[in-house]
Amino acid sequence: MTDKTNGTHGAVLEDSTPVPDGPLVELRGAGKSYGNVRALHGVDLKVHAGEVTCVLGDNGAGKSTLIKIISGLHQHTEGTFLVDGQPVRFTSPREALDKGIATVYQDLATVPLMPVWRNFFLGSEMTKGPWPVRRLDIARMKKTADEELRNMGIVLDDLEQPIGTLSGGQRQSVAIARAVYFGARVLILDEPTAALGVKQSGVVLKYIAAARDRGLGVIFITHNPHHAYMVGDHFSVLRLGTLELSASRDQVGLEELTNHMAGGAELAALKHELAQVRGVDVEELPEEGDLTAPVATSPEGST
Amino acid sequence: MSMTQQAGPAVDRPPASGPKDKDGRTARRPLALRLLARPEVGVFLGAVAVLVFFLIAAPTVRQGSSMATVLYQSSTIGIMALPVALLMIGGEFDLSSGVAVITSALTASMLSYQLTVNVWTGVVVALIVSLAIGAFNGWMVVRTGLPSFLVTLGTFLILQGVNLAVTKLITGNVATDDISDMDGFDQAKKIFASSFDVGGVQVKITVVWWLVFAALATWVLLRTKYGNWIFAVGGNKDSARAVGVPVNFTKITLFMLVGFGAWFIGMHNLFSFNTVQSGEGVGQELIYIAAAVIGGCLLTGGAGSAIGPVFGAFMFGMVQQGIVYANWNPDWFKAFLGVMLLGAVLINLWVQRTATRR
Repeated sequence: MTDKTNGTHGAVLEDSTPVPDGPLVELRGAGKSYGNVRALHGVDLKVHAGEVTCVLGDNGAGKSTLIKIISGLHQHTEGTFLVDGQPVRFTSPREALDKGIATVYQDLATVPLMPVWRNFFLGSEMTKGPWPVRRLDIARMKKTADEELRNMGIVLDDLEQPIGTLSGGQRQSVAIARAVYFGARVLILDEPTAALGVKQSGVVLKYIAAARDRGLGVIFITHNPHHAYMVGDHFSVLRLGTLELSASRDQVGLEELTNHMAGGAELAALKHELAQVRGVDVEELPEEGDLTAPVATSPEGST
Repeated sequence: MSMTQQAGPAVDRPPASGPKDKDGRTARRPLALRLLARPEVGVFLGAVAVLVFFLIAAPTVRQGSSMATVLYQSSTIGIMALPVALLMIGGEFDLSSGVAVITSALTASMLSYQLTVNVWTGVVVALIVSLAIGAFNGWMVVRTGLPSFLVTLGTFLILQGVNLAVTKLITGNVATDDISDMDGFDQAKKIFASSFDVGGVQVKITVVWWLVFAALATWVLLRTKYGNWIFAVGGNKDSARAVGVPVNFTKITLFMLVGFGAWFIGMHNLFSFNTVQSGEGVGQELIYIAAAVIGGCLLTGGAGSAIGPVFGAFMFGMVQQGIVYANWNPDWFKAFLGVMLLGAVLINLWVQRTATRR
């Protein structure tokens, strides 16, 4: 494992795929305080190309704060935040986008009343013509949007329809397709499946896998360990603003992940429910002491 | 009369069955229904209805000169309604737009007169002042995050007071001095307040400006990046910011555009009447907003057009003059406005529900 070398592009061999072997995005002991409220503390996170890094946590665990730091909406107040091995400090989402970090938000991914194709190109519109009469290249944008959506398996009749008329899963998928098209190297998905039904969640998970297979580093924020485990390569569980667990897929099973999500203290209360829902033998659930095995101390990259 | 514009889009049927499309999930509605669902088509029909009504009720309206007067009346509302509409699509209000017109005219008039300089100096300074007022409104709104209603209500009151107080302080009167014999006046009048002859009918130049600005605004709104941003910041500010739209820039420039409109109408008033009454303009801002809303602009932002407010302003001008030509009591004008406004708001509500319904 040559994870030690930082992912500077110059180090890439010409015969290899242009994927830096270091992490695309890395947090080292990062934290964020809002006044006297410490929302996030001492978080280590690595995102590699072609991998899905899942960040799990219950409500208020600090997931949103974490992605806001990475996507440039907020700045971290402690630790370091590296992109391609270089420390950065974004002051706007635009800067993060310029570095190839695109975020698909659960609730604010799109402008509902605008047509699908306008949403697809919003903020990065294609134009033609010299300045005083520089105008949108509508035909090209519609064509490109249609092609890109089809590539991701989304077929829409009418790109002129307001995106608000699409279902939640379709909207998320359009947003993912948009991020992929605009050369995102790191895709942050903020609870993309939270408000979706089973089938729609499946659709979104499929696009997450598609994005990963295209060589993107994906940060998948969720509070559903089942969804996370379906596509995840690495799992970080946040709890009350700190890392509770950081483990790769071969270090942790679905059961254990669920246990960590619930957290040691609440585990007892959940045991009964778990037994009913998933047929787990509650007697065999790990005790609180066992749960601290691979915790945050060794955030080694997987593969 | 204005009822027709409500009746139009209300005949919505569930999408016709028989899907033949690619994914078979959205059946296309008949063209007529789709057109009726567009707010600017609704207001167009409303404007036609009002026109036809007054053509029948008031024979005087049928003369070319009366129509020119109606168009002139509409243009003075319409030129301001355009930037107000764009601002509304961008999700904000400007309550100070009415008195800002007077502020601009007062600035140009008093500066030129008191310093005895060419009126063009006053005109340019007035433009700078108007843009600065717009920029201040916009900056305050994006900086504080307060509702633009509050911020511009503040500027409205400030400007109203300043207009009166400064005018009295400088001229000792509530109106400015006549500047019609000053250098550059005739030249400026040609641009802002002249008339030209069309088949024996005197048409005011503001009508031309109105249509030019409307065409320009439509182009910007539908065919440029900036237009895309206007819809986005009004539709969902946070989404827009997250995908990299310069939200603050867009909002501030929209407020400055209203400043530009106020300057233009201010200059028109000044060069038409030679003097400016410092207490005027109060209440006009609501007329502009109403014209924009009747024109199909969503009060909460994110939807609308530039062509809709043109018809909205025409409806206002038509009703205002039509009542006079029909020899009715002009007091009814405001009642008409109220009815038209309510009708338009109901249509807007319906359109938004339809657009976001699945």
